[in-house]
Amino acid sequence: MASTDLAVHDRQAHDQQAQDQQATSDKTRVVNDFSLQIATVNGSGSQTANLVLLRSLLIMGIPASGKNMFPSNIAGLPTWYTIRASKRGYIGRKKEVDFLVAMNPETAKEDVLTLDPGAAVVYDEPLKLNALRDDVVFYPVPFDKLVGPVCPDAKLRRLVRNMIYDGILAKLLNIDLAHMEKALTKQMGKKAKAVALNLGALKAGLDYAEAHFTKQDPFYLEPMNEMAGKILIEGNAAAAIGCMMAGVTVVAWYPITPSSSLCESLIGYMKKYRIDKDGKATFAIVQAEDEIASLGMVIGASWAGARAMTATAGPGISLMSEFTGLAYYAETPAVIFDVQRVGPSTGLPTRTAQGDLLSTAFLSHGDTKHIMLIPSSVEECYTMAQQAFDLAEYFQTPIFVMLDLDLGMNNWASKPFTYPDQPPDRGKLLTKEMLQKLGEWGRYRDVDGDGIAYRTIPGDGLPVYFTRGSGHNAKGQYSERPDDYVENMDRLARKFNTARTHVPAPEIETVADAKIGFIGYGTTHWAITESRDQLREDTDVSTSYFRLRAYPFNADLTAFIDAHERIYVIEQNRDAQLLQLMRLELSPERIAKLRSVLHYNGMPIDARSVTDDVLAQEGFEVANKTAVRPASTSMMGGE
Amino acid sequence: MATLKVNRIGLEPQVYKGGKTTLCAGCGHNAISERIIDAFYEMGIDPVQVVKLSGIGCSSKSPAYFLGGSHGFNAVHGRMPSVGTGAMLANKKLIAIGVSGDGDTGAIGIGQFVHLMRRNLPIIYIIEDNGCYGLTKGQFSPTADLGSKLKTGVVNELPPIDTCALAVELGATFVARSFSGDKKQLLSLLKAALAHRGTVMLDVISPCVTFNDHEGSTKSYAYVKDHADVLEEVSFVPFFEDISVDYAPGSTQEVTLHDGSRLFLKKLEETYDPTDKISALKRLHETARRGEFATGLIYIEPDRDDFLTQLNIVNEPLATLPLSRVRPSREALEEIMEGLR
Repeated sequence: MASTDLAVHDRQAHDQQAQDQQATSDKTRVVNDFSLQIATVNGSGSQTANLVLLRSLLIMGIPASGKNMFPSNIAGLPTWYTIRASKRGYIGRKKEVDFLVAMNPETAKEDVLTLDPGAAVVYDEPLKLNALRDDVVFYPVPFDKLVGPVCPDAKLRRLVRNMIYDGILAKLLNIDLAHMEKALTKQMGKKAKAVALNLGALKAGLDYAEAHFTKQDPFYLEPMNEMAGKILIEGNAAAAIGCMMAGVTVVAWYPITPSSSLCESLIGYMKKYRIDKDGKATFAIVQAEDEIASLGMVIGASWAGARAMTATAGPGISLMSEFTGLAYYAETPAVIFDVQRVGPSTGLPTRTAQGDLLSTAFLSHGDTKHIMLIPSSVEECYTMAQQAFDLAEYFQTPIFVMLDLDLGMNNWASKPFTYPDQPPDRGKLLTKEMLQKLGEWGRYRDVDGDGIAYRTIPGDGLPVYFTRGSGHNAKGQYSERPDDYVENMDRLARKFNTARTHVPAPEIETVADAKIGFIGYGTTHWAITESRDQLREDTDVSTSYFRLRAYPFNADLTAFIDAHERIYVIEQNRDAQLLQLMRLELSPERIAKLRSVLHYNGMPIDARSVTDDVLAQEGFEVANKTAVRPASTSMMGGE
Repeated sequence: MATLKVNRIGLEPQVYKGGKTTLCAGCGHNAISERIIDAFYEMGIDPVQVVKLSGIGCSSKSPAYFLGGSHGFNAVHGRMPSVGTGAMLANKKLIAIGVSGDGDTGAIGIGQFVHLMRRNLPIIYIIEDNGCYGLTKGQFSPTADLGSKLKTGVVNELPPIDTCALAVELGATFVARSFSGDKKQLLSLLKAALAHRGTVMLDVISPCVTFNDHEGSTKSYAYVKDHADVLEEVSFVPFFEDISVDYAPGSTQEVTLHDGSRLFLKKLEETYDPTDKISALKRLHETARRGEFATGLIYIEPDRDDFLTQLNIVNEPLATLPLSRVRPSREALEEIMEGLR
């Protein structure tokens, strides 16, 4: 964002502000700290209008996040998009909706009834929602009447209609039209006709609001300077860029929500940046017949020396179980992204969870354990994607990168990604020199005492071996001997222990007087950050924080537990999966300190829920345990 | 000292051998391993460039018994095609030979088999077909013929999967069936397979001497010898041998393979043309109806692009491309970031 734009904007916003102050007194103004929910029908093109809105906020320099709650359906079912503006930079979900745009007749009534008093509602006039309550502010808009004149083509009206609410909101919330126009152009790219058409709709909304509404709600946006230079990206796309920069050469995948866009954006980037001058690709991307074949291809490619990856979700992870065991035991690298959704079984395909942690840690039969990387931000999606390939090759084992739907499919603002400063680590590949030094080579011989053996790859002209998932000795020969089996399994355990100090270390914030420690991971981080502030400011409870970034754990975990009286493990699943994993390695005294905060309704976890839960467990009176919304029939969807 | 016999790349036959077989004495699979050794030796293939792949079962053990100088991968049951596909994506210079069985392919592996055939990946895919699960003591497999009888007297009442018909239907570009006991035909077909670029599907009837070689079995040595419907006499002339072959016009079909080698198919009857998909399928159905096995080259399409060509991959192996070619520049990343602002 250019600084001149900001300057212009600041002046305009200031003028606007002066006018608004006449209508609403300073005391009641809620500035840059509210959530806005747009309720539409999926397939109606509302995503463009919603992203234009989100981008407008970011252009205004306001920390903001957008979360799409959509059905597992192509068109016709309810969708909610929530934008949260937070001057303090909280980008996790806010449970309460402050400002509602009700466009979907099917859910409008319930959407309005679940609002807190004092909220505001823009709605489609024929829905007559204003009769429902008298403690919220209503702004009725005749969308159908407004869309006709700005969109002569009747077929496009359904799509363009949504842009009208952006115009209405521009007026009501105080967004400069120039900023919205800029956001629109960014969103629509070079499609001049589409930009013009949507801009007309925007203006129609703005004009209507100007002519008909007096500001009655307290919610305002004001420019800040927090977002300069930031990018807006989904976690899946961020991971894709990371894979490309890591030098991935083979990708095999099978479409599944919410992971598909990871491979799809990767295809887009690779076609642009990884084609040689003669038009040939420095990669192969294959849409396989299923998740089983996807991982089979990744294992075959990794075995033959390529950097290979796949991306999937829980159901795919279940299918990959057998091959994961093979890669673990035969020791081939593999990078697997699990963009977690709600299980078990088909579960809620378009809702978020951290429900695969435990099953992934021990995926496959027999004694297996796997390395997992757990990003919290889009930036970590980018960096951990690169680390995953290094670790997969270094440890010659599958590496799981555990995203979730909230991180993978929602847009997050972030500082731009930095260029990798290291070449890829291809791990212990045998060389001629090394072979001379060793004298005799065995594929599974632990030369360095870290459990990691030297490998050769087909075509390299070095000693060959027969890779197998059946019992083998240090030379890679078939063996059913008890001593060979035990020696090999113990070496694998040693290798896993070596990984403890190689995987991304936890991020720890120790507060001197804190008796309580929080442990969280992944997207739970955003609710935790905010909850800690709430606890400190509202109840004077201070907390330390340990953000786990990978499994296996390192020694920091026990140190953190020892430094606190009570540990809250906060996660988005029913069974306290991280806590269970921790129990396997902790002493009874440490286990006794562990408590759980669990959230598993498919919606991203929010700070207030964490705060209330912790306060309740700490013995505080918690007055307002709000019900999870929306709850009823409107959430029923197709497959 | 007598000079040792070597092939065109100077390697001795010994180099192409593998470990000692642990399969039953007389198992058809051992004969197939020997033909594989002969074919790779005679074609002068460098074992360093070869990858051997297999699934699970008796057949899938056999890659340990040939080409000891090549890397091998004994994958999971029925899923060797995906592992082989990955290996070839990583390094297109490799020569892949996969060995599967009728259970490994026809049951658990049918899905991956189907998609391997569709892709026309360059791989030689051999089914060592004995109509039963040997390693679990002789249960029927999906290629067991209708009416075939187990040792225990149980009769198979389900129709068999004809892997060759399936392969032709799905797009494999070299489909053949042979018999482990037919040394000459099997060797010619294997050498031709090495000269082909694309998926070679070679179903080799390979009797299980322990569980399926009795009276009443349709996959016994005796039954197969009596019921083979030999499509043509197959002669193979490799690209590196300048041999002219004389034949009476109309009596022999000549097929030039990808590497310039030639196949001479001496017709035993006028009507059969292995470049015609419809006649191939018709013939397979006809012989099956008579309770016979069509052997020989069933179908060939020598010129179709293989999967790696379709993917338009660079000429060098992807696995060993230097960093400069697989990590986009600083400017590229900056351009991406700018687009996201």
